[in-house]
Amino acid sequence: MLATLAFWAFSGVAIASAFMVVIARNPVRSVLFLILAFFSAAGLFVLLGAEFLAMLLIVVYVGAVAVLFLFVVMMLDIDFAELKQGFLSYLPLGGAFALVLAALLAMTVATWQASDQAQSLRAAAMPDGMSNIEALGTVIYDQYVYFFQAAGLVLLVAMIGAIVLTLRHKDGVKRQSVTAQVGRDRKEAIEMLDIKPGQGIGE
Amino acid sequence: MTADMLSQDLSLLIPELLLAGGAMALLMLGVFMKGEGANKLVQWLAVVLLAGAGLASLFLVTGEGQAFDGGFIFDGLARFSKVAIGVVAAIALLLAMPYLKAEKLGKIEYSVLMTLAVTGMFMMVSANDLISMYMGIELQSLSLYVLAAFNRDSLRASEAGLKYFVLGALSSGLLLYGSSLVYGFAGATGFNEIAIAVQSGPSVGLTFGLVFVICGLAFKVSAAPFHMWTPDVYEGAPTPVTAFFATAPKMAAIVLLARVLIEPFGGMVEQWRDVIWIVAVLSMGIGAFGALTQTNIKRLMAYSSISNMGYALVAIASASQTGLWALLVYMILYMIGVIGSFGAILSMRTREGMVEQISDLAGIAQRNPGLGWSITALMFSIGGLPFMVGFFGKFFVVFAAVQEGMLILAVLAVLFSVVGAAYYLRVVKTVWFDEGEVEFVPAAVSVYWVTRLAGLATVLLLPVIGWLVFRAYSVGLATL
Amino acid sequence: MSDLVSQFGPLWGTLAVLGQILGFVIVLLISLAFLLLMDRKVWAAVQMRKGPNVVGAFGLLQSFADFFKFVFKEIVVPAGADRSLYLLAPLITLILAFVTWAVVPVAPGWVIADINVGILYLFAMSSLGVYGIIIGGWASNSKYPFLGALRSAAQMVSYEVSIGFIIVTVLLFAGSMSLSDIVAIQDGGFWNWNVLSFHAWPMPMFLVMIPMAVIFFISALAETNRPPFDLPEAESELVAGYQVEYSSTPYLLFMVGEYLNIVLMCAMTTILFFGGWNSPIPDGFVDNWPYLAAQAWHFFWFAAKVVFFFFMFAMVKALVPRYRYDQLMRLGWKIFLPTSLVAVALVGAAVVYGPQG
Repeated sequence: MLATLAFWAFSGVAIASAFMVVIARNPVRSVLFLILAFFSAAGLFVLLGAEFLAMLLIVVYVGAVAVLFLFVVMMLDIDFAELKQGFLSYLPLGGAFALVLAALLAMTVATWQASDQAQSLRAAAMPDGMSNIEALGTVIYDQYVYFFQAAGLVLLVAMIGAIVLTLRHKDGVKRQSVTAQVGRDRKEAIEMLDIKPGQGIGE
Repeated sequence: MTADMLSQDLSLLIPELLLAGGAMALLMLGVFMKGEGANKLVQWLAVVLLAGAGLASLFLVTGEGQAFDGGFIFDGLARFSKVAIGVVAAIALLLAMPYLKAEKLGKIEYSVLMTLAVTGMFMMVSANDLISMYMGIELQSLSLYVLAAFNRDSLRASEAGLKYFVLGALSSGLLLYGSSLVYGFAGATGFNEIAIAVQSGPSVGLTFGLVFVICGLAFKVSAAPFHMWTPDVYEGAPTPVTAFFATAPKMAAIVLLARVLIEPFGGMVEQWRDVIWIVAVLSMGIGAFGALTQTNIKRLMAYSSISNMGYALVAIASASQTGLWALLVYMILYMIGVIGSFGAILSMRTREGMVEQISDLAGIAQRNPGLGWSITALMFSIGGLPFMVGFFGKFFVVFAAVQEGMLILAVLAVLFSVVGAAYYLRVVKTVWFDEGEVEFVPAAVSVYWVTRLAGLATVLLLPVIGWLVFRAYSVGLATL
Repeated sequence: MSDLVSQFGPLWGTLAVLGQILGFVIVLLISLAFLLLMDRKVWAAVQMRKGPNVVGAFGLLQSFADFFKFVFKEIVVPAGADRSLYLLAPLITLILAFVTWAVVPVAPGWVIADINVGILYLFAMSSLGVYGIIIGGWASNSKYPFLGALRSAAQMVSYEVSIGFIIVTVLLFAGSMSLSDIVAIQDGGFWNWNVLSFHAWPMPMFLVMIPMAVIFFISALAETNRPPFDLPEAESELVAGYQVEYSSTPYLLFMVGEYLNIVLMCAMTTILFFGGWNSPIPDGFVDNWPYLAAQAWHFFWFAAKVVFFFFMFAMVKALVPRYRYDQLMRLGWKIFLPTSLVAVALVGAAVVYGPQG
């Protein structure tokens, strides 16, 4: 009973906040609603018994990705009233596309008729007698290790790409060298001079 | 997975491991060894690495088979394509070196990204699962997006990179949507399992998914009607990057497309043949007619590559052993022609910098006969004029189509090839008969030799082709 | 929690859980009042002042006086502020700070929810703490708060990464993400605490884990925006950072939430590295004690360690000058992250090839 209630609550909030992401006037609020949607999705994961995934969703998406996203959106100075001006003129075309896509989805669901072997080919979501994390571990690090490593390479490329396209080394910027600072001793830093009264220190 | 199984799986993966590990090592080397010398060293090492990985798949990988629960496959097709891709990528990097130096783009990341892109291509041609297919494609495309925008201070290059990225992301979306449909209706992502599901009777959902997958892959091979990005990206990206774009990724994508269509979806050939038929005809047509009005030689090459992909698709449409074989021969000959042509384009450097207009080539044959002859041979070969090797590429493709009884497609292919010949001949005419006084500076050593050797290859390979014709003829007799 | 429900039936079980939570919150808040006082007293002592000494004996009731002062003042919302978000931000901070405590075991079996991804839950909730700050800073519609919010977003995300890896080293030893299990493997004397890790003997893991404990402590400072990493509220540059526009009860909520997080970080350090509720000597003898006495024994050690680390937090605040922002980022990304990555590999190897593997 409680689980059903929680399901409706989480899914209701998820759908409502997803809707608000689109119609909110303020982009920052859109992002906040997006975060709420992530959060509800995490709740749904918990109800499915995938608590590890739920926590990961919160740590990675809500805790890190969305923060940076929010960061960027807050810094952007976008006039959304202006951006939304084209909304009505694009509505017919966009609406038509949305309709077609919805029809496709409906068709997919309605004609859902997997091939005969599909049922037997389908892997079990959770092998018996394994905890959540163990099951994920065997899938990611054993069965799908090739894909996992490939995904790592893709991320590496993304990182190299971001650096190579944006990093500019300015000349003439003085950078801190910690080792040089720490390695400085008294002899280099201080010079004792015996200055006679009435004289400068040379020059 | 036990250690034995792992090492067995990894032994099939040697070229990929070499490339991925090498790319990371090169990155480290370049980061920690600063200066111009580091860049040069990394570039040469990358050339060796690329060619070495290609040759490694020829010599070091002894067995054939599947690895990682069927996620990866190493077979004759993969072996052949990997050698070709590795070698052509190494040549493309050789071509790039003098350009990068002259344009002050010499950064170690260029070589590293190219190596990673080639890793992605290797993974594509060895993909035996929807996931590994997608991973390979993403690895390859992501590197290529960055390479396209590598000259970040140039507005055009940035535009090219962005355009490529946005459209590429869209096509990846289509591909994923199709893959998810296929997964939903087949119940598995592995090609082996999908093949079983397809055997048991095609369903609407599978067809639907397949069409989306084809759309996504057609983007990657720049086949019409998904070709819109090609001319702009080819024109905007730095020329050696374009040379790379026009060769290795095309090979990888077309081989992947062939594998997807013939292996898991071989049972649905009736369903997809029409789709490929239409895409092939559109590509040949748009490529041929689009090129007629171009004045920029890089845009011309873009349209040329669109139409050439059309011919490659004709070979796939035939869905036979002969077709596959013709496809590979065609792609090899195409790549030789294109890499040579880009060598010629890279030779078009005046004292002020690079020029890209076809009119800049006017009368170059009088002042620089070697370049003139090379361009002539290469243009004839890509255009498929008899009797350069390129002609036989097209010949085999048409032969495969005829063998499968697709006469209309064969006739259209020949007709479009006649249209296409017009613009290749226009370039040749400009080179020989127009008046012009644009003076090029002497080309760099690597560019010079790539251009000349590719030009010579269009003729020197003829005996090999002759032997192939003989074989094809006997195969044809056997099937008829 | 489900135990109680099954024991007392749905209605009374739920009420029992609620009672538990309420009791926990009250104890937490009252101890927080005195910890706050301790913070100020330590700081004062370092600067050779007396600190609060007027309200109650030795100023013991100072925190309560502050509480009433905050509550009875008017709530001011700046004119251009996003009203609802402005008021939501302190609530987010406070609520997140409270819910995080749900999985903290204070004595054997004394935990509100002993979930099997406890440590991940802790990590997830503490990583959400940044939202209170970032929303508060943005909703104030004022420049200093906004700058503070931006700083804290970058800072907390950066240090979370190394905290995550350090947590991985610990849970590799425990082989579990449940905090009770993590505490349980550390019993039998202080040498078995994770910071010395003699339970992995003959692997000399203390070589890895002592630096990890130090890094964790420093990252905890950064994660809670405490000096020397209090750049989001650096008073010499940003007045009070994201809190500039806050006053009265919302400010109080921010304060309480922040200090709850600090105490939580102390509790995390205790649980992850210093044996949680385990005493520093082999304490098998308490098994014969009456239940409550044994629990009190364990709770005493937990509380003592938490207070000790809180004292350390206060001392750091008093002694160390503030970092510059680029130094902060360098420390997080270039030193802590690689070090903790190496540590994960080393601990993983130790677990696989050591006595447990």
